Amino acid sequence: MSEAHHPEPGFIQKYIFSVDHKVIGIQYGITSLVFLFLGFCLMMLMRWQLAFPGEAMPLAGKIFTNGMPGGVMLPEFYNSLGAMHGTIMIFLGVVPLGVGAFGNYLVPLMVGAPDMAFPKLNAASYWVYFVGGMIMLASFFIPGGAANSGWTSYPPLSVIATAGQTYWLVGMVFLITSSLLGSVNILVTIIQLRAPGLSFFKLPFFVWAQFVTSFLLLLAFPPLEAAGILQLMDRVAGTSFFMPSGLVVSNTPMEIAGGGNAILWQHLFWFLAHPEVYVLILPAIGIITEIIVANTRKPLYGYKTLIYSVIFLGLMSFLVWAHHMFMTGMGTTMSNFFQVTTMIISIPSVVILTVLIITLWGGSIRFNVPMLFALTFLPMFAIGGLTGLPLGLTASDIYFHDTYYVIGHFHYVVAPGSLFALFAGIYYWYPKAAGRKMSSFWGKVHFYGSVVSINLIFFPMLFQGLAGLNRRLYDPTFYANGAAIQDLNVLISIAAWSLGAFQLIFIANFFLSMKFGKKVNDNPWEATTLEWQTPTPPPHGNFLQDPVVCRGPYEYSVPGEAKDYLPQNEESTRSEQVA
Amino acid sequence: MEKIKYGYLMPPDWSLHGHGIDQLIYLVHIFMVALFIGWGIFLTIALIRHRQRPGHQANYESATSKLPKFIEVGIVLFEVFLLVGLSFPIWNRYKTDPPAAEDALTVRVVGQQFVWNIHYPGEDGKFGKTSIKFVSDFNPLGIDPDDPASVDDFFAVNQFHIPVNKPIIAQISSKDVIHSFGVPVLRVKQDATPGMAVPIWFTATQTGQFEIICSQLCGVGHSLMKGIITVDNDEDFGKWWQEQPRPFKKEAPAEAKVDTVPESEATKG
Repeated sequence: MSEAHHPEPGFIQKYIFSVDHKVIGIQYGITSLVFLFLGFCLMMLMRWQLAFPGEAMPLAGKIFTNGMPGGVMLPEFYNSLGAMHGTIMIFLGVVPLGVGAFGNYLVPLMVGAPDMAFPKLNAASYWVYFVGGMIMLASFFIPGGAANSGWTSYPPLSVIATAGQTYWLVGMVFLITSSLLGSVNILVTIIQLRAPGLSFFKLPFFVWAQFVTSFLLLLAFPPLEAAGILQLMDRVAGTSFFMPSGLVVSNTPMEIAGGGNAILWQHLFWFLAHPEVYVLILPAIGIITEIIVANTRKPLYGYKTLIYSVIFLGLMSFLVWAHHMFMTGMGTTMSNFFQVTTMIISIPSVVILTVLIITLWGGSIRFNVPMLFALTFLPMFAIGGLTGLPLGLTASDIYFHDTYYVIGHFHYVVAPGSLFALFAGIYYWYPKAAGRKMSSFWGKVHFYGSVVSINLIFFPMLFQGLAGLNRRLYDPTFYANGAAIQDLNVLISIAAWSLGAFQLIFIANFFLSMKFGKKVNDNPWEATTLEWQTPTPPPHGNFLQDPVVCRGPYEYSVPGEAKDYLPQNEESTRSEQVA
Repeated sequence: MEKIKYGYLMPPDWSLHGHGIDQLIYLVHIFMVALFIGWGIFLTIALIRHRQRPGHQANYESATSKLPKFIEVGIVLFEVFLLVGLSFPIWNRYKTDPPAAEDALTVRVVGQQFVWNIHYPGEDGKFGKTSIKFVSDFNPLGIDPDDPASVDDFFAVNQFHIPVNKPIIAQISSKDVIHSFGVPVLRVKQDATPGMAVPIWFTATQTGQFEIICSQLCGVGHSLMKGIITVDNDEDFGKWWQEQPRPFKKEAPAEAKVDTVPESEATKG
């Protein structure tokens, strides 16, 4: 495995087609951050239409000549933006950042391995992802524009949609393939390449979170890949997997074989997409656990409870998918089963939050930038989880299904939830990768600005949902209940644009700190896990000596020790009596 | 007729069954807010009390308290109550307890890009057979003009008139893509999926007008797919019913004699 004796590779070998897990992790990180910003820009455009329906946007007519002639957004362009916002944020943004970037960079370091188990597969995974992303981007420039049937792509609409949907499906096949390659790699690395002494129950919780996440990816994605190919066949090869008989579009009978079932797609899609929610959230929980423990300076409360909770969460996430489909007309047996499983899955989430909050009790809490983001995750994830309750109960879902309440709910989980955790992770591990810290002042500006703006975006959406305003409406004022509360849309849009402005600060901080940031030593946060026991930045092959692990991951403030943290591979300073 | 006031909270409930749904929504929200405030207070205290400061040391030992276990068990019990006490019975009644067909008005609601077609069975209470071969701009539902049952049928586009205080059974389906029949004021929502006809039922308790909002993305015109439900008193409804033209009415009434034959045919099809 060790390639320490190879000749120094050239720039392209080293930074572009590298097989080093850290370089690939950074490639994933930069690419997914670019996609996240792009996906957010799509949303900032949509927010114009939602705040000022039908009004011309300054300059936009010159840039988006097809989608916004004269600056006024067309409904088909609006639908494209909506579908691609969801697709980009989830499949090209948060998952690659949480699993591709953080998983790749940190898992081998945290388990004390010189690299991933399959370095070339790892590089392949990134490049397949990259190609998938390019296909998605390319679809904006074809006639008819990008996919416009929602990120859920429900047939028959998606099958009769413009060519962008074909690009979407092909792109998805690439993205799914990439995730499968990546998840196999992470699983094998964790199982096979742990350092001597590093048993499963001595792994940092982040590694456990990646472990469960990879299983979810491995088991949940293949059904969607199959379904995507079936839908592709429906579009290009004339099959009717999802097309029932007797379809009449624009009062003209469709020339199809028929006999398919439109609901089948929804089952296959949500069988992936519910575990996918946990793919978005588990790496985030892993990240904030590491940050909270290191900045609380005390051991994690209930380490094993936390691990069992995420394993249970992972298993249960395969049994709740049809709660997205309560309004399809399902009978009581099925809906009751799925609302029971949905209530059950809320319990491990409550346990996780409880464990993390109790960990704070008795600590010595440092409020640095990563910690601020990590702590904010807790109440934000709590709102996201709690607002899931009325959606998971069928009776109240009759009212809330497909309203802005749903949008508010899952964005609270993913945006101020997962994304804040990912920001926390970037601020926290940046010094390891760059050798310098990001500016803490600008980090705080970014933090406070983002927290205020993001809550002004998503909290009002819960009220829009209560008022019965539907999602995916090009013109919300067309309906009496929407027109009555249009001022909320204006407020939300202004908050969204201000959130965008605060991200510019982050971007500047991210790049400028590479050159001007404060230089740091190998372990600036005085943390215990193995990634901090390497040189900074870690060389190819990671560790100067192969680490030998002698204790669990969170030995902080051990009584009688010289310093308040005991790295996993370091001998104790007092005579060895810690059992 | 009453005007509806829309605001930042739920619009008024004008349905017979919606009361339980609203109650559940209020109760869940009270629970959510209480839990969140409780958590929030604990979190704030923890952050202030255990912040890093000179002379303050972290504890190696974890806090030991039975409180979190009690809270977790409490949450579980409350969720069981929400399920068994409220959600199951409300949903089951909503799904499995249809009004008797004799007492109800049965209609077909068929979504298409981007309108709602409402098919009324006419005086005989029977829907004419439909087939895609009869579909045209003038006959969007494809009602068979030769079927005796269609003689008194009529349909409306986006205008759904119902009588007050009478159970309505609506067969929800679609011609093309998936739509969703959502009526916030009636606390009703049902996806309209092609290839399926799903019956739902509701009773409006007040006269007035409100909107059907398509609740599933159905294409370019999705946001324009608005229907109007008009709840009339019996007199107005009767008048409206009489005024509707019967597009399939034949001049010669002789055909109405063979009423029993098509019924057996209908069961075959």
